[in-house]
Amino acid sequence: MARYTISVNNRSADVDATEDTPLLYVLANTLGLKGPRFGCGLAQCGSCSVLIDGVESRACVTPISDVRGKSIVTLEGLAAQYARDKKLAQAPDLHPLQQAFIDEQAPQCGYCYNGMIVKGAELLSRNADPGEADIKREMNGHLCRCGTYPRIIKAVQRAARAIRATANKG
Amino acid sequence: MTDQAGLSRRAFLAVGGAMVVHFGLPAGLSQAQIRTGNFVPYIIGPTALNTELDSWLAIHPNNTATLYFGRAEYGQGTLTGMLQIAAEELDLEMTQVSAANLDTTVTRNQGNQVSSSSIEGAAPSLRAAAAEARQALLKMASARLNVPEDGLRVSAGVVTVAARPGSSVTYGELIGDKRFSLKVTGTAPEKPAASYRVVGTRVPRIDIPAKMRGTYEYIQHVRVPGMLHARVVRPSGQGALAAALKIKSIDESSISQIPGVQIVRKDRFIGVVAADEWSAVKAASQLKVDWERPRALSGNERLHERMRASKTADKNMVDVGDVEAAVTKAAHTVSASFKSPYESHAPFAPNCAVADVRADSADVYCSTQRLFSLRAAIARVLKMQPEQVRVRYVESSGTFGHSGYDDVAEAAAILSQAVGKPVRLQFSRSDELGWDNYGPAHLAEVRAAADADGRVVGFEYHGWQHGWNFVVEPTEELALDAKIAVPILPDPAQVNKATAGGVYNIPNRRVTSHGVNGLEGYLKGSFLRSPLDVSISFASEQIIDELAHRTKLDPVEFRRRNISDQRWNGVMDAVLTASKWRPRVAGERKSGDVVTGTGIALGTHFVSYGAAIAEIEVNRKTGQIRVLQIYGALDPGLVVNPLSVEQQIEGQLIQATSRMLHEEVRFDETSVTSLDWASYPILRFEEMPAVTPIVVSRPDQVSTGAGEEVLAAAGAAIANAFFDATGIRMRERPFRPERVLAALKAG
Repeated sequence: MARYTISVNNRSADVDATEDTPLLYVLANTLGLKGPRFGCGLAQCGSCSVLIDGVESRACVTPISDVRGKSIVTLEGLAAQYARDKKLAQAPDLHPLQQAFIDEQAPQCGYCYNGMIVKGAELLSRNADPGEADIKREMNGHLCRCGTYPRIIKAVQRAARAIRATANKG
Repeated sequence: MTDQAGLSRRAFLAVGGAMVVHFGLPAGLSQAQIRTGNFVPYIIGPTALNTELDSWLAIHPNNTATLYFGRAEYGQGTLTGMLQIAAEELDLEMTQVSAANLDTTVTRNQGNQVSSSSIEGAAPSLRAAAAEARQALLKMASARLNVPEDGLRVSAGVVTVAARPGSSVTYGELIGDKRFSLKVTGTAPEKPAASYRVVGTRVPRIDIPAKMRGTYEYIQHVRVPGMLHARVVRPSGQGALAAALKIKSIDESSISQIPGVQIVRKDRFIGVVAADEWSAVKAASQLKVDWERPRALSGNERLHERMRASKTADKNMVDVGDVEAAVTKAAHTVSASFKSPYESHAPFAPNCAVADVRADSADVYCSTQRLFSLRAAIARVLKMQPEQVRVRYVESSGTFGHSGYDDVAEAAAILSQAVGKPVRLQFSRSDELGWDNYGPAHLAEVRAAADADGRVVGFEYHGWQHGWNFVVEPTEELALDAKIAVPILPDPAQVNKATAGGVYNIPNRRVTSHGVNGLEGYLKGSFLRSPLDVSISFASEQIIDELAHRTKLDPVEFRRRNISDQRWNGVMDAVLTASKWRPRVAGERKSGDVVTGTGIALGTHFVSYGAAIAEIEVNRKTGQIRVLQIYGALDPGLVVNPLSVEQQIEGQLIQATSRMLHEEVRFDETSVTSLDWASYPILRFEEMPAVTPIVVSRPDQVSTGAGEEVLAAAGAAIANAFFDATGIRMRERPFRPERVLAALKAG
């Protein structure tokens, strides 16, 4: 057992864990976050995704000892991170992709959407206008058992439009 | 395009990028006539008649209502739909109604939530109770305002005197948290469909905002004070049901390096419990248990051979006319056998439960589809009375039938009882995929004949399966040595006569279910979304297509000649119009390595009407298949929420593609070996077809299921598209590349 100081959603937290403890258990149990969640424990499904230094990563296979000094952003911190990236005066209530998923009525059970939102937000931070093929390729490592892929693609493109519109206004 | 059922292109309304077809037909077939499936007893729960009105709802002083119906959200929009019905009948707005969480201490026992039957089976009781409440409130308002009831109007829970709009009283003022103390008589007038203002509209799903915000509480999020974390320790993948699994030894020292872990053992049930979840996870994977595992399975390659050779209990589900004579005389005859695998529910989130078992009570949070049945099961496991057990439902990921939700709840209860503290148990991915109650495998031998005019004159279907009677929760099997009580063979519901040729008017037809004894070396089996229908339509809709080909008719024209029900024609027209179907005889010769084809199929589960058209691409060199586009139409009668039905159609089209291309439980002679998403693949983004959902709304018809009824059509449409592309029939699914190449080579 050791003490780790980690940065989660732009806040520093001290947590006690064995060095092999996957980040997921620290986020879900120690910090009580509901975004990252267990799906397979094998980095196969994307249920536990978080951003580590801006890159979508699987928290279920990332040991806590690997994230010292890195910036972790979870679903809960995406809107604020978006505001920082875009230099907005105020963080929106939701990241534009979260809003787009609501507007498209995309999810069914919604459990996989932690990963869909985190990965989609990462994609949008790199690509302002992703085409359908880009989205499919980038998100191919995220599974949805309910079969909501078509609406996810529409929502990512809808969010991209919303983000571009915000940028144009600014 | 010809339009034989009177459906015009104008009837297609573009709504939110999808299509809704509205029929305003006079009431045609009665519900009794169209109920062609054989599952009816499963879906009609206890009715509201003579129950206490207060057990269904409460009206609060702030003019809102809480409903206590026995249905919950499983990711399919049920909760929103049920609340629309309540709001409609009570004359409240959606913002004024909410549902109590399912809890055996407060919820109406409305039976199990299965078969996408909530709107059909459970909503009528809710509607009756809500109408009863509205009537009682109007009576109270009449007395309070001193105006006869017919002089009152209600809107958003405010009762107004029609002649004096300034004079009004709210429901909340009339009863605000006081009891009605009335029985549901079933005599209160219910609104006619023509005056609906909430039912039939695209009310956004009420659960979606919190799910997207990340504040929604799934069962995996439930935490209670003093709770410990647990995992079960089982052999990797289940073996044959009821084959004696033994523990030769447990080496407790193998986890001595992980501090604070308790090992719980009850007969062959083993669990590990720790304060810290990661310790429990590590302990479960590192605890050395030497299992003695019988080699009692066939292995999936020899499964159908074993089923076919099995001594079976047989039953004719349908037996009309003289099939033998009809087939012998017919101009065209086709016959073939078709194999379908075991498939997993494969819920995206492994099942989870939290149990707090005390000396004389138990409180269990879980995601069961059968709240009250599970209460009895947990009482049995804990040796308590059902009244001592409280079961509360919290949503998990989509389950699509009987996955490990009861198993995990029973196991959590045993572990909590053993350690004397609340326990949260989550399955591993391998537990979930390896110990599922799989959708049962199926073997079909089908023979069908048509006359020279393309009318089906004979149809004979033989289906082999052990079906879903062979299931016992592994926790009960391992901890209590529970056995399958007395398998009922054959269950008349197993080969669904509605799917096995039931779409068509066939004068001579026999459908025989061959019940295999699931105790003779098979996996567990239970309900998987549209149980067995994907397998049955894979056989029956391909045979119909083969007859169309033999009679040199367009597959649509052939079907048209054998259908009289306007609702089958309605869904077929819907997909034809959407896909711009080009009439032709299927399977034209094509050149090149990559060929494309289009197929159509019809199907159902219970009562609703489903049709699908699939466009696929086959690479004849690699055996790879891409499903390019699927159109799916579903007619579930009166549509409560077109948005939810669209979502359900889309999900079924994607899931059907996944099941046709990928899904198959793999096992050797000892155990299941498909234990993760690599060995049990499901459809991915890059493989997804474009989907076009078409909701066929018939406000004059009773609402029936929408969560599974287009799955069978979609699967068979892909199979028929394969023939159209290649001129070859696939007789076994899933269509893995090596199987495709073998079929193409065999010709």
